Amino acid sequence: MHREDFPMLKGDIIYLDNGATSLKPQCVIDKMTDYYENYSANAHRGDYDISYKVDLEYENARDLVREFIGARRKEEIVFTSGSTDSMNLIVNGFFGNLLEAGDEILLTKMEHASNIMPWFRVALKTGANIKYIPLDDNNFVTIDNLKSVVTPRTKVISLAEITNVVGDIRPIKDICKFAHERDIFVVVDGAQSVPHKKINVSDSDVDFLAFSGHKMLGPTGIGVLYAKYELMENIEPVNLGGGMNESFDSPDKIVLKEIPTRLEAGTPNIAGVIGLGEAVKYLNKIGMENIEKYEKNLRNYLIEKLVKIPHIDILNLESDSGIVTFNVDGLFSEDVAYYLNKYGICVRAGSHCAKLTKDVLGVVNSLRVSLYFYNTESEIDSLVDLLKDKDKIIKEMI
Amino acid sequence: MDKEISREIILENFQNPLNKTNVIDEKYQKINTRNPNCIDNIDLYILFDNDIIKDIKFNGEACAISTASTSIMLKNLIGKTIKEAKNYINNFYHMCNKEEYDENILNEGLAFQDIYKQSNRIHCALLPYKGIIEALEEYEKKNKI
Repeated sequence: MHREDFPMLKGDIIYLDNGATSLKPQCVIDKMTDYYENYSANAHRGDYDISYKVDLEYENARDLVREFIGARRKEEIVFTSGSTDSMNLIVNGFFGNLLEAGDEILLTKMEHASNIMPWFRVALKTGANIKYIPLDDNNFVTIDNLKSVVTPRTKVISLAEITNVVGDIRPIKDICKFAHERDIFVVVDGAQSVPHKKINVSDSDVDFLAFSGHKMLGPTGIGVLYAKYELMENIEPVNLGGGMNESFDSPDKIVLKEIPTRLEAGTPNIAGVIGLGEAVKYLNKIGMENIEKYEKNLRNYLIEKLVKIPHIDILNLESDSGIVTFNVDGLFSEDVAYYLNKYGICVRAGSHCAKLTKDVLGVVNSLRVSLYFYNTESEIDSLVDLLKDKDKIIKEMI
Repeated sequence: MDKEISREIILENFQNPLNKTNVIDEKYQKINTRNPNCIDNIDLYILFDNDIIKDIKFNGEACAISTASTSIMLKNLIGKTIKEAKNYINNFYHMCNKEEYDENILNEGLAFQDIYKQSNRIHCALLPYKGIIEALEEYEKKNKI
């Protein structure tokens, strides 16, 4: 649906790599161009009209994002360069000061690098230990499995709401309830969930949420860190410098601005922020519930067709999101991706930045189709037709 | 080389690669070679006899191009002196980079004659060569050859 809004879809491609990044609607592109062409001044320097307009647009985008994820206050929204940046800020700026030797960090082996590597480093620095929540037969997280690894030393559970390989939707609200009864913080990597389903941080009660603009129709280089107000107050800025201080006289005489500004040092990605705001408006217009429903139907359509092909091995049959991960029996995923590319079909091959998944799935590499609402059944038909004939794949993949 | 023949050679070497095994004698010198931007990851195992490459085996996960290229490289380097091997390797590199090379010595390696046209796959064809060069240099340094 809404394909006409996307300039990239006027070309001759079938784009099925939305887990990596999404396409951009014309309105987002126009909104950013408008900034560069008509009021290209800096933010927070409102001494003249166009700079004042920048402030209004910038803060309006913050409010749009706040409302989009159901946050209570604008101060709970900090703009970053993306999910990775947000995760590093949470881990280093908050947990780096909180964790002590022997404390426990709970992750799963299905997490993206951005939700593992920052924890590795903070664990080394603080002496905290990383433990992995065991997964069930479908590689899902269950509360029972979570219970089996929580101890009095567990300080934080950090999980993707939707993992980027298996694509399962984690029960974040239940996890938060369980964790908060035990004074455990919950960090959510929302990179794959915020673009695809209705999020309400006030309802789920998550403590921290990280997500990227570019996977939700926004520009690259912009992301969001959500934290509950009282937790955001305690995040130590990783970057110091322009825009975030009130005054500085000597190393011990520094006065920082209030949140969220003190966590956004330097000239921000103004065009990115404004573009993201426009993407949020656009998503609201379509409706996240509609997007979720549409993608689920499309996923089912794809699965129904793929299971009929004997040489296709689906790795995440039971998941609910628009992520479908599979291999063609005996073939290397990258070769199949090259083959599909010859027909203008864009899919991802590899380990998808989640390199611990091999311990669980027993598969190092796979092909991933990740859907968005602008994909169609006819695009899926084209993909399936090309995958049906294994001899053709082998013949044409080199 | 004819395109259809090239494809057949690559397919044959991908589906039935020479010396792809995980049974390796410890006398073999091991070297890992991988492309950081893709998922190809190969271990090469080389057995030297003075300045002669007596045997090479390999193992790992790699695409059809990398696997076939490794198999073809093995066929052409086993039994050669280090000097002869370097000559083969240099010519193969030159071919992949669309520079002047000696067609007469590359044998099945010529199947990759057109690889320069697919810039995103050159690194696949060159993957085993990257590894073998490192192994040869390491061996020469250690043994002062």
